Amino acid sequence: MSELDLRELNNTEFPVPADMQGNVAITSLSKLYNWSRRSSLWPMLFGLACCAIEMIATAAARYDFSRFGMEVMRASPRQSDLMIVSGTVTKKMVVPIVRLYNQMPEPKYVLAMGACASGGGPFKEGYNVVSGIDKYLPVDVYVPGCPPTPQALIYGMIALQKKIDGQSLANMDDVPWYGVGPAEPAPVPILGPDIIDPRQMDLIRRQAEMAAAGKSFAVRALPEPIKVEKAAPKAAAAKAAVAATDDPAKAERLRKREEALARKRAAQGQNAPAAEAAGEAPTPAQAAPVAEAAPSEQGGKPKFDKEAMMAKIRAKKANKG
Amino acid sequence: MTDNAVVEQTDTNAAIAVLKEKFPDAVQDDTREGYKGIIVDKNKLVEVATAIRDELGFDYLSSATGVDYLGIGDHLEMVYHAYSTSGGPALVFKAQTLRDNAEIPSLIDVWPGADFQEREAWDLMGIRFSGHPNLKRILLWEGFNGHPLRKDWKEAYYEQDHKPFDSRWPGGHVFRAEERNVYGKNVAYPDDLDLSTLTDVSEESIYSGMGLGVSVQNLGNSEHLQTDRLIVNMGPHHPSTHGVFRMVVSLNGETIESLEPVMGYLHRNHEKIGERNTFLHNMPFTDRLDYISSMGNNHGYALAVEQLLSQGARWTPPTYRAEAIRVLMVELTRIVNHLWAIGFLLNDLGAFFTPALYAIAERERILDFFEATAGSRMMCNYMRFGGVFKDIPERIKSVANLVNDMVRDFNTMDYLTELINERLPRAVDELDQFLTDSEIIRTRTVGVGYLPPEMAIAYSAAGPLLRASGVPYDIRRADPYSIYPELDFDVAVRYNGDIYDRYLIRLDEVRESIRILKQILPRLERTHGENVFGPKQHTPRVPLGEAYGRVENPKGELGYYVVSAGDEKGPQNPWRYHVRAPSFINLTALGEMCKGHKVADVVAILGSIDIVLGETDR
Repeated sequence: MSELDLRELNNTEFPVPADMQGNVAITSLSKLYNWSRRSSLWPMLFGLACCAIEMIATAAARYDFSRFGMEVMRASPRQSDLMIVSGTVTKKMVVPIVRLYNQMPEPKYVLAMGACASGGGPFKEGYNVVSGIDKYLPVDVYVPGCPPTPQALIYGMIALQKKIDGQSLANMDDVPWYGVGPAEPAPVPILGPDIIDPRQMDLIRRQAEMAAAGKSFAVRALPEPIKVEKAAPKAAAAKAAVAATDDPAKAERLRKREEALARKRAAQGQNAPAAEAAGEAPTPAQAAPVAEAAPSEQGGKPKFDKEAMMAKIRAKKANKG
Repeated sequence: MTDNAVVEQTDTNAAIAVLKEKFPDAVQDDTREGYKGIIVDKNKLVEVATAIRDELGFDYLSSATGVDYLGIGDHLEMVYHAYSTSGGPALVFKAQTLRDNAEIPSLIDVWPGADFQEREAWDLMGIRFSGHPNLKRILLWEGFNGHPLRKDWKEAYYEQDHKPFDSRWPGGHVFRAEERNVYGKNVAYPDDLDLSTLTDVSEESIYSGMGLGVSVQNLGNSEHLQTDRLIVNMGPHHPSTHGVFRMVVSLNGETIESLEPVMGYLHRNHEKIGERNTFLHNMPFTDRLDYISSMGNNHGYALAVEQLLSQGARWTPPTYRAEAIRVLMVELTRIVNHLWAIGFLLNDLGAFFTPALYAIAERERILDFFEATAGSRMMCNYMRFGGVFKDIPERIKSVANLVNDMVRDFNTMDYLTELINERLPRAVDELDQFLTDSEIIRTRTVGVGYLPPEMAIAYSAAGPLLRASGVPYDIRRADPYSIYPELDFDVAVRYNGDIYDRYLIRLDEVRESIRILKQILPRLERTHGENVFGPKQHTPRVPLGEAYGRVENPKGELGYYVVSAGDEKGPQNPWRYHVRAPSFINLTALGEMCKGHKVADVVAILGSIDIVLGETDR
């Protein structure tokens, strides 16, 4: 940051005269805290796996995240604000990671970089892999990707800055470090026959007792997978059914049903465009998330209107200026 | 090494004949379909191995790994691949043992390079090696329940033996694995878990292995430590260990008395997952082994499976253009890796980040090309069995113009020509000019971390580490593959075996790679428009048998040992998928290399080996 712009801070109900805005700022304590905190995020120099290479590339000349006040990577947890969990967290490694997290002074943040740190990633099924660091530590920002590009990591860090901007001293429950006294350290897991989370001790004990009594583990039952028969098309199947029945009354019933179904299908095919025209189709803004979730339902995403978007952006800029 | 009595015999069949004559009772041919080599009676294993090394000239143990044949032969098997450092094919020999109380004599006295590999086999496969001085778990922790690579061992998220899982396809009833686990985590405890005596013995065992008799509980208590000897832990969180590697060092003053590498902090179960996957599924996983040189990893795996596929009926070998593109990618990867290695070696020596920044700048140019071709900067997933999945693009365009430099749009061939003929040579010369004669670098590196050639061979060191010790062993020449035989390049070799030579040999190799690339460019022009991939194969039918495919990866010999037990209709999954990782085996010699040096040199010696933890721990 080349020079300090006090106007960034000056955003309360007390206006500062225009000619003093470069010298005086009236602001809230929360805002001052957050501003200084978000502008000097010091990440821990801490690489786990493949993502660490992209993290180094982010710190290097081309992407250069020192532009955002994040360049001071500290090898010691005592001097860092942000833990970038950059890579696969294994059971063997989660013990030191939790210990390092406990050694970081508050306020502290965790960014889960990449698929593995967020949820196990491609190695999730492995016997030595933790399904995401959030099973052991509170995570502030998740960055998807395998590995995330440097741009994605920078975006994640900016997202974290925005999150910090929203924190408030007035709300004691907002973040642990605004509460009274030091926060509880995260419990360090134990490497037994498998990794043991001290927070789950009661559960593990109950399960062990049940196992000793010969009862099965109370794993939540999941529905059986749907079996898709590689059958002939429906119409052909119905015809076959008609042919197969001996009872003429039943055959007649099946035939009628088949005809009714055919009529219904035809009617649906005609009605669908009409319904859209009548304004039942959601607006593009509403449709976007739905379309992402299930593109087949809405018949594809609505077209991206570049002109409208540009107009919006221009209007926003004008407002700011 | 060789005296008159030694038969310089690298022809495998002749060697096997000699062995059979010498040990008629103990040696027999491996007659299983698709298998090679010999099966040795385990009681005679050490004698036979000694004869293989001393009399037959197979002095380099490349790989030693276990296979569990539950349901096929109901035995465990150790497979050894021995090569001669003068070149030629492998002598494959195996020793079998029953699954209960599995025990095989250790070969550590014949080849010290078997040390870590045997510990790995004990850890993952549960084969005990009699005579091994330090047989402890290496990738997992002491106290772990079971040996995961045994076929009857199931992980907590176990669903089915083979992918694709029925729950996903067809029908698609996808669930999160956590939902099925009662703890909501990737854990499973044995039924007889005794919570009252629950202790974490993983740390204790690390120290006990050093022969120090140090009790961890008493380390902080001064009255129990009367000497000047000091135990220092470096890692797993340490900026100079290139990831999550850990060294437990015992110091006398500042001098190192012993060093024990501790690894497994990035053990991601590649091999177990690889057995569940289909053959093709494993390709993207190989990217994540040595994540700096993903193209080279792809190549090794493709070669291994192609060896098996070529035994089958429907097999079309890669076209010439596909081979040329493979070599182009692999050599660019080598340059990326060596630039990175040099940059971070300097980092370890204290030149904090400045040389690395210059190295990374050049790396980005190559990564742009990878991204335009394969779609990803690092994890390229580019090669397939029988070619590469896509030709190189006509133009290199930026996908997102969010990069703070200009929007990219270049003709690919122009871009490559400029890169190979101008930018890269200039970058190497620049590094050479500023670093090679630097007094600080010379003082820190010359004569430090010396590895004599006999020891390098005995410890199965590979790649730049081996060649910097004066052994001109490069698989591209010693056991050629792809189109390397027709390319003109020299095997870089240096003779002093110290850090300085390991730095110099990387510069040499980058120059040799540029030389190869200059020959590849006209080949690409000439074959323009040629097919790069044969008929599409979604699930390649892999014939029965075993294969060991190896390439000269930037960090050394990367080998894949693949066993296929599938038939024409059965599941197309590897029965065994083992990675012979150069980073892992090169570390075997680390303890010896560090002995007697100062603690500050450990960092530089480790940096000069150039490890990547994704590959070390797999």
